Amino acid sequence: MAMGLNDPDLLKSALSGNRRDLSKILTSIEDGGSFEVGAQDPWTLGVTGPPGVGKSSLIGRLISSWVDRGERVAVLAVDPSSPNSGGALLADRLRMGDIDSGDSVFVRSLATRNHPGGLASCLSPMIGCLAACGWSRIVIETVGSGQSEIRIVAFADRVLLVDGPDRGDVVQAEKAGIMELADIIAINKSDLPNSKQAADSVRSAIGLSHGSQPPVHLVSAHDGSGVDKLLEEIESCPGSHLRGRLRARERMLSVWDSRLLDHPKLNEVLDALGTGSITLDEAVESLK
Amino acid sequence: MSIPVRNAAGLMHHRLLEDCLPTPSFVEMRIVIAKPGLDGHDRGAKVIARSLRDGGHEVIYTGLRKTPEEIVRIVMDEDAAVLGLSTLSGAHDVLVPAVCNGLREEGLAEVVVFAGGIIPSDDHDSLHDQGVRAIFGPGARTSEILEFLEAVSRRIESRQPVGIGENSGWRWG
Repeated sequence: MAMGLNDPDLLKSALSGNRRDLSKILTSIEDGGSFEVGAQDPWTLGVTGPPGVGKSSLIGRLISSWVDRGERVAVLAVDPSSPNSGGALLADRLRMGDIDSGDSVFVRSLATRNHPGGLASCLSPMIGCLAACGWSRIVIETVGSGQSEIRIVAFADRVLLVDGPDRGDVVQAEKAGIMELADIIAINKSDLPNSKQAADSVRSAIGLSHGSQPPVHLVSAHDGSGVDKLLEEIESCPGSHLRGRLRARERMLSVWDSRLLDHPKLNEVLDALGTGSITLDEAVESLK
Repeated sequence: MSIPVRNAAGLMHHRLLEDCLPTPSFVEMRIVIAKPGLDGHDRGAKVIARSLRDGGHEVIYTGLRKTPEEIVRIVMDEDAAVLGLSTLSGAHDVLVPAVCNGLREEGLAEVVVFAGGIIPSDDHDSLHDQGVRAIFGPGARTSEILEFLEAVSRRIESRQPVGIGENSGWRWG
C-alpha cells in the first residue's frame, strides 16, 4: 500500500494532532514497526470480564464522563480472531454509544490474529504513541476468557473486572486468575434483579483471600447508575505493589510466548517433535 | 497427490502437491461495514460482515444509524482499506456520495468503497461515477463479494488505481 510519509514524518504529523497518521502508526506497530516517542507516563485502564456482561457499554459510559471532564480518551478494543478463517468480526465499538463523533475519542479495534502474545508485544508501543499524541485516558478492553486474552489487560496499570448477575461463574473468574489482577470489580446490570446477590457473592469470594481486596461496585451501563462512583474509584485507584508485580509477571509471560511463537525455527522444531526425533526439553532448549 | 521435489541437500523426496502450490496472492484486509442514515435493518450487513470474516478478513461493524461524518471517522481511526456501505432506505443517492466526498476530503483517497442493499439499477452509474467500485443487491452471493475483494487486493498490490480518490474507471462485474 502506498505510504504517503516516511516514518519520522508520519510520527511528527501524528504528534501534531493528525488522527489519520496516528491511525497509520498503530497499523504499522501492529505489523511489527517501531516508533521512538521518548519516555511516556501513560494513564491506562484494562477492562476485562466474561462475554456479554456489558464491558463495551460500560466503557461507553466512562468515555462520556471523561470527555465531559475534558479528557481525551483512546480505546484499544481487542477481540479474538476466528481460528478457522483467521478473520475477525470486531464489533465492540458499536456498543460504546456515542463515540464516533467529536475529537476527544479514538477507538481502534484489534484482532488477536490467533496469537494474543503477538498482540501483547505491540501494546506497549501503541500505548506509548497514543500517550505521546495527547490521549490522556487509554483503555484496553479484552474479553476475559482464556489466559492469553486476560494477560493483555496486564499491560494496563489498573485493571477493572466487569461481571454481571445470574452468571454463576465467579468461580470461573477465580480459576482464570483474573480476580488477583483486578484492582476494581464492577457488577454491571444493577437494573436487573439478582445483581445485588452477584455483588455479594463476589464480595464473599474475594473476602477469603489474603491481602488488600478490590472494591466491588454495582453499576448499570443501561441507566448510568453507579457509574460516577465507579469513575471516582478508577481515578483514585493507587495500583497496589503486589498487583504491580503480578502484572509484570503476566507481561513477561506474554512477551515470552510471543518470542517462542515467532522463532524462525519453530516449525522445524514442531516437525521434529511430531516425529519424535527430539524430546520436549530438547525442543525448548533449541528455541532459546 | 504427491510429486517429487528436491530438498535443500539435493535429495529427491515426495511431497504432497498441496504443499507445493504457491500461496494465493490474496491478502486479508481490514474492512468497515457501515449503515449510513436512518435505516433500522441490518440483517444483511451482519451477514456480509460474518461472511467476510469467514473469508479471512478483519471486519469492523459500525452498528446502525451512522452519519457520513461518523463513518469517515471510523474508517480513519480503524485504518481500514475497504468500506462497505449497506443501505435499504432509498437515501443512497445522498448518503453514499456524502461518505465518498468525506473520505476524499480527509485524505483517505486509497480507501476502496463498495455498496449493497436496495439500490435500483438506474442509480448504479451515478454511484460508480462517485468512485463506488461495486454494488451488490439482493441475491448476490457472498462468494462473489469475496472475489471482488480479492480483485481489489490484487489491484492494490500491483498499484493500480482502485481507491475512492484514485481516478479509474474500474468497476466490478
